[in-house]
Amino acid sequence: MIAIRHPGPALAALAVALPMIAVLVAVIQGATGADPELWAHLREHVLARVAWNTVVLVVGVVAVALALGTALAWLTAACEFPGRGFFSWALLLPMAMPAYVLAFVAVATLDYAGAVPMTLRAWLGDALWLPPIRSTGGVILVLALAGYPYVYLMARGAFLTHGARALEAAQSLGLGPWRGLFRVAIPLARPWLAAGAALVAMETLADFGAVSVFNYDTFTTAIYKAWFGLFSIETALGLALLLMLLVAAALAVERMARGRARYAAADSGARAGARLALPGARGWIACAVASAVFAVGFLVPLVVIARWAWHVAPLDFDARYASYVLRTLTLAGMAAAACLALALVLGYATRVSQGRVTRAAARIATLGYAVPGAVLAVGVVGALGAIDALWRTVAGGEGLWLQGTVLALLLGYVARFLAVAHGPVQGGFERIRPSLEEAARGLGLTAREVVARLHLPLLGAGMGTALLLVFVDVMKEMPITLMTRPFGWDTLAVRVFEMTAEGEWERAALPALVIVLAGLLPVALLTWRMERAARAA
Amino acid sequence: MTLSMSRAFLLAVTLVLTLAAAFAAHAAGQPLVVYTARKYQLVDQLFQEYGRERGIEVKFVTDDGAPLIARLAAEGRNSPADLLITVDAGDLWRATEAGLLQPVKSPMLEAAIPAHLRDPQGHWFGLAVRARTIAYSTARVKPAELSTYAALGDPRWKGRLCLRSGKHAYNQSLVAMMIGDIGEEAAERVVRSWIANLAAEPFSSDTLMLKAVAAGQCDVAITNSYYLGRLQAEDPAFPVQIFWADQGGRGTHVNVSGGGVTKHAKNRAEAIRFLEWLASPEIQQRFAAVNYEFPANAGVPPLPTVAAWGSFEPNLVNVGTIGRTQPAAVKLMDRAGWR
Amino acid sequence: MRLELRELTKTFGPGAAAAAVNRLTLAVGAGSIGCLLGPSGSGKTTVLRCIAGFERPDSGEILAGGERLSGPDCWVPPERRRIGMVFQDYALFPHLDALANVAFGLREADAGSRRRRALEMLALVGLEEQAQKLPHELSGGQQQRVALARALAPHPRLVLLDEPFSNLDAEVRMELAQQVRAALKAEGATALLVTHDQREAFAICDEIGVMRDGRLEQWDTPWTLYHSPATRFVADFVGEGTFIEGTVIGPGRVQTELGVIEGQLTVERPAGAQVDLLLRPDDVIHDDASALRAEVVERMFRGAEFRYKLRLPSGATALSFVPSHHDHAIGERIGIRLDTQHLVGFPRE
Repeated sequence: MIAIRHPGPALAALAVALPMIAVLVAVIQGATGADPELWAHLREHVLARVAWNTVVLVVGVVAVALALGTALAWLTAACEFPGRGFFSWALLLPMAMPAYVLAFVAVATLDYAGAVPMTLRAWLGDALWLPPIRSTGGVILVLALAGYPYVYLMARGAFLTHGARALEAAQSLGLGPWRGLFRVAIPLARPWLAAGAALVAMETLADFGAVSVFNYDTFTTAIYKAWFGLFSIETALGLALLLMLLVAAALAVERMARGRARYAAADSGARAGARLALPGARGWIACAVASAVFAVGFLVPLVVIARWAWHVAPLDFDARYASYVLRTLTLAGMAAAACLALALVLGYATRVSQGRVTRAAARIATLGYAVPGAVLAVGVVGALGAIDALWRTVAGGEGLWLQGTVLALLLGYVARFLAVAHGPVQGGFERIRPSLEEAARGLGLTAREVVARLHLPLLGAGMGTALLLVFVDVMKEMPITLMTRPFGWDTLAVRVFEMTAEGEWERAALPALVIVLAGLLPVALLTWRMERAARAA
Repeated sequence: MTLSMSRAFLLAVTLVLTLAAAFAAHAAGQPLVVYTARKYQLVDQLFQEYGRERGIEVKFVTDDGAPLIARLAAEGRNSPADLLITVDAGDLWRATEAGLLQPVKSPMLEAAIPAHLRDPQGHWFGLAVRARTIAYSTARVKPAELSTYAALGDPRWKGRLCLRSGKHAYNQSLVAMMIGDIGEEAAERVVRSWIANLAAEPFSSDTLMLKAVAAGQCDVAITNSYYLGRLQAEDPAFPVQIFWADQGGRGTHVNVSGGGVTKHAKNRAEAIRFLEWLASPEIQQRFAAVNYEFPANAGVPPLPTVAAWGSFEPNLVNVGTIGRTQPAAVKLMDRAGWR
Repeated sequence: MRLELRELTKTFGPGAAAAAVNRLTLAVGAGSIGCLLGPSGSGKTTVLRCIAGFERPDSGEILAGGERLSGPDCWVPPERRRIGMVFQDYALFPHLDALANVAFGLREADAGSRRRRALEMLALVGLEEQAQKLPHELSGGQQQRVALARALAPHPRLVLLDEPFSNLDAEVRMELAQQVRAALKAEGATALLVTHDQREAFAICDEIGVMRDGRLEQWDTPWTLYHSPATRFVADFVGEGTFIEGTVIGPGRVQTELGVIEGQLTVERPAGAQVDLLLRPDDVIHDDASALRAEVVERMFRGAEFRYKLRLPSGATALSFVPSHHDHAIGERIGIRLDTQHLVGFPRE
């Protein structure tokens, strides 16, 4: 590591963390006004239950998403079975499917009054018992299906890049490919699995749409209830602050557990080993598992919303949709670029400086993803108000300077989604062995050239992943877009919100379908790049 | 190196700023600005029509009531908003409490909107009435078995009642009204008796709940009438019907979708004129009709399909008091276990 | 355990011009340390990977202790071959400490005995103090020894070492090579090592095979390889030396420009045969008293000795190691004489 003693990196990291720091200040300031009597009520009747529910949900979702994502990544990266080529990219597609859409499709088709149980009862009689979809298991399953692509993407990258040599070493020590998976490939992929799991966990914590459809009470629904029902935004912010503290603590524990171990790839140019052929029945079982996940997580919901959309399209589909799509893609593209740029600055700063300030800044900057979007939106709006007030004091004049501009919206997105870009970029930095930097410096490259000629090319895959994740997330994002968008900046997600707010879920299928289809674009681009890179290697 | 990184960063920020400025540039003039929790598909046509009539631009953003209020509060006196429209009287009450609305004196509005559907000081006016009442399965329930909200707690409905989530404002305002009518203790007993009768976990939407009634998962439910109106419009044979609750007593619970002029409205006169326009008989009919609601203007009849449910006596307590009692209602529901 | 390869052949891809390994046959005796020596691209690493089971041969057989690991109708997957491997880059698991790396392949049910065996192995390579260190906290040589201990720990029937010292300093290399040999001998392991460095091969191995273009040129003891190379390529690749022209004039007698050289020809040739005679630097002795003179054209100081490149009267060159107090300038003509026991001659090309 090239140690740097001047304060540049720390300052850069702080600058990146600034949006989130501003939001945090606004949240803390708001939370100080929380009503003690309401807190007492929450402690007595609410907190214990929602805390338990939240833990069950997060643990369940992360466990299922890890199992699905890791297993599927292993199958498509290291094994050969019928349809592998197709599944290697198709299994990413559920990423384009918003969790709230998946949730509603599940409830609308599988609940008592849904099409599937109705049909089954018509055939088999009214006494037929079916597992209730509106249950803890149901909500875990839906959120895990929506979240596993994060794990899949990360795990697949790790398995593809540094699995081969380590597995050979394990084989020479008598471990078959399957035991090698559990004792070597997975432990070695741990930082990336952890990054994927952290994204899933934070997304689950912040989820409001899907858990609402299931009427499953979590910390997030309690926050909304305090705000919308108890009319106490201060109490809501207090609850959010508590949630953030818990998340920060959980992340710190993970870091400590990782300890001294390093994961820089040990293999120096080892050829990727031949894929393990799954003969006969085993190959078809793998194919069936992949098909089932693809069908349940993507294909079936897509068909369902396409059918609904078909019915409502004559009522709703017009020229506005061109503008919705354009604005959605513009915002998502700008936010993805901004988050990537800041994640690179942050990743580089933490690489060259191990200082306390830098590390703290990195942690704060990436906290926003775990916060329910609406709470973050309140913080963003509060922070924007403060900035505007400051601007008026300094520059004079009246009116709004930042609020109600696209920049305000972008600040909100950065505060919320920086973590999403940070994960893959950080993972990429960790995989660059320090000796490479030293070698480059030894060849007379300046630090700046090292960044341009070593880091950026080596980070390629991580940067692509970061762009994709932020892009898709911004397309689905509702609360910040709703609360900070300028006039006329209605996006597809706004349209979904407007329809669902009145319970017209089927009518929301049209914009939801367009979100999914537009989301396929970046997913396809990324998978195309990944395949090309794999072929070149 | 940090130099080059920060330069790239600066460059990116400049780029984004320029873009943002370019996009924001066309927002100028003196339009009427509305923050509305009543969604696009229910307001866009009327708003544009008013704009054409008056030769001005009507700009609006949609969001839920609470975030719109938070946005108004954060923007303070620099807010561009002239008018706030919500779909819940509780939100209007809260906006008033937060000092975000200003009192309006308008003989026209006072004449058109009944006293219990508007703020006595004129901070806000109800524009469409939504009744929350009992829906029953026409296959398994006779109307004669039904009477009051409280009677749904009777053991005869054990395992036959469906409710929407307690997190939703419509249920919270119903309980708030009950607290006002019969006191907190009695209201809590009623809510507990309902929870004991539930046939299924509370639903996330009225629509899903009504479909469950039709499918036979439960026999009775408490719903806003317009949700049934939509389902009946899709399928006239939908086997669920409306029963007006508490007709012998205090009357059926109503809530309003309504609006008020913001404290720092830049276009105050136009905002008041717009409210009056919305309260006028012809517009009232259409404003309510798009969502199968009842017009707030008492002289205006609802849609024929809505009228077919029969007329009802509403609970005449001022809908604004709901807001004051709502936190107590939420806490009561937490205690009673209404998820 | 005895390792045998029979007619082993491996070609990469249909487009490959030639087989990477071509009908290779060899045997390493039980407890012996064999070595494959050859320039890069000669196919030696492919042989190793075939034995380990990471590559599947096209044809031929691989036997260990008489058991067939690979053949026309049989193929044992790598994890069931009980063959330990030391990788060129060590391939230590970066998330495990030295002890856990060594214990990784141990199958004993009881954790205590696993730990004992791992510690024993670390002690064997002199690293018992470093048991708790993570790979990145160890020096290159230490990592190498951990890798060896890891490969030896599960009592493999064969240990394969792929260019094990290529990432290390020259000073460390020879010392480590001796340590590795000692450790292998202490465990009684049969081993096959791959390298392009003959000094490594000489320091460790009992038998050496020289490979070229996928074929085995010669399989012999280091001494024989050096003194009786079977082919011109082996003579060139192993050790230093030059060729001078000569004519066989009788059994053990060859006429050259340096006079008649006597010694035993490794392959007897009929009188009158034209041969190229191999001269090793240690065959050419500096002797001021000698009438034979050669011009110094290049000199390399090597501490205890000089290596001089000499031009003979005919223009041919010869190399000579000379004690370093004989310091001669380039262009100087010095006296030399020959001291040969084995004459290696190849038919003139």
